[in-house]
Amino acid sequence: MITGSFEYHQPGTVPDAIALLSKLGDDARVIAGGHSLIPTMKLRLAMPEHLIDLQACQELKKISVSGGEVCIGAMTTQAELIASEELHQAAPIVRETSLQIADPQVRYMGTLGGNVANGDPGNDMPALMQCLDATFVLSGPDGERTVLAREFYEAAYFTARDDLEILTEARFPVCAGGYSYEKQKRKIGDYATAAAAVLLSKGGDGGCETASIALTNLADTPIYCQQASEHLVQNGVSDASIADAVTSAMGQIDPVDDNRGPAEFKRHAAAIILQRAIQQAWSRA
Amino acid sequence: MSKQTISLNVNGKSVTAKAEPRELLIHVLREQLEITGPHIGCETSHCGACTVEIDGMSVKSCTLFAVQAQGKEITTIEGLGDPDKLHVLQEKFKEHHGLQCGYCTPGMITRAHRLLKENPSPTEEDVRFGIAGNLCRCTGYQNIVKSVMAAAEELNNKEATT
Repeated sequence: MITGSFEYHQPGTVPDAIALLSKLGDDARVIAGGHSLIPTMKLRLAMPEHLIDLQACQELKKISVSGGEVCIGAMTTQAELIASEELHQAAPIVRETSLQIADPQVRYMGTLGGNVANGDPGNDMPALMQCLDATFVLSGPDGERTVLAREFYEAAYFTARDDLEILTEARFPVCAGGYSYEKQKRKIGDYATAAAAVLLSKGGDGGCETASIALTNLADTPIYCQQASEHLVQNGVSDASIADAVTSAMGQIDPVDDNRGPAEFKRHAAAIILQRAIQQAWSRA
Repeated sequence: MSKQTISLNVNGKSVTAKAEPRELLIHVLREQLEITGPHIGCETSHCGACTVEIDGMSVKSCTLFAVQAQGKEITTIEGLGDPDKLHVLQEKFKEHHGLQCGYCTPGMITRAHRLLKENPSPTEEDVRFGIAGNLCRCTGYQNIVKSVMAAAEELNNKEATT
């Protein structure tokens, strides 16, 4: 399968990439790992006239942990996220999630930035970033601005990123407590039928001090479940409170019938996956 | 679009090719450089038959434009061994019937090669997880996994005796 024709650009820095994007406008697309974009281009669902490849922008390849904050450059690959011990100490849920994305070959190429900026509801990183309460940094012709992951996603493939902006990094606080990313999929390499990211921390009294829940591929955006999270903090973690939190979260999802099953099946799977994720996170808290 | 000159290092040799930006690496390797070990299976990033190694990463060469590989070091199955001197993985695939039709084999072995570099003593589960990006429609994977495990053991024994 051959894509449409395009001109290829490989700027060496983010300012150069933004200058190119400003000059070329709507006819240009930024390419990171390319493992979503190239298949889309083969199907001619995307036919950019210019591709701006970010692979030479070294400043976008980084993982740092300091002052209680994790900062990951957009071009960091999933394989690099998995390999980083520093990141694993600071936020083990990132490795657990990354290992469930696609397959080894795709993870060598697939990037954090591409996965979160694409706005594909099937991608796993957006819900993870919402669960982590991440902040995305967007660089454009007018400089930098930040947007919360929880406010970034508008609809499938529509995000708060302006066409002339590049998502350059994600920042989030170092995690405390237990974590879980549970994903139901038909086979390795598939997108989620349903997936849940959960972070829970235990207080000194054995109660639930903090909770954060987000869901993947159960609506046209990732879903941050604020009410369900608050419910666990207010009521502690028990079979009854988990059931109530799951019911609350299920009220927010809007799955559609597709080749992964009818919406009713996805609701069923989502409830089980979320219940397991909460139990797993609590057992690790 | 005009063609661009692309310089690559393939299996230790510097080569150049001329390609439009939209030409996939697998097409340039097979059609211009006549390196036909990597196969075109699905062309949709699923099957792994086109797997090559680029700068120490296993990559599906149907999901990369050749221009993106400019200046990179690429290893294909041809770079691992040849009929006179098989790589240990090739020997073990032969010995354990790790192939039937053979179509997935170059990708499978190229991927297994990188897997064993990163994890020289994998468990069976590690092998299955590590080759999850490579599909085989003949063997049911049993003998492929056996072959990779046997290659790991032999490579480790060699390591221990040298």
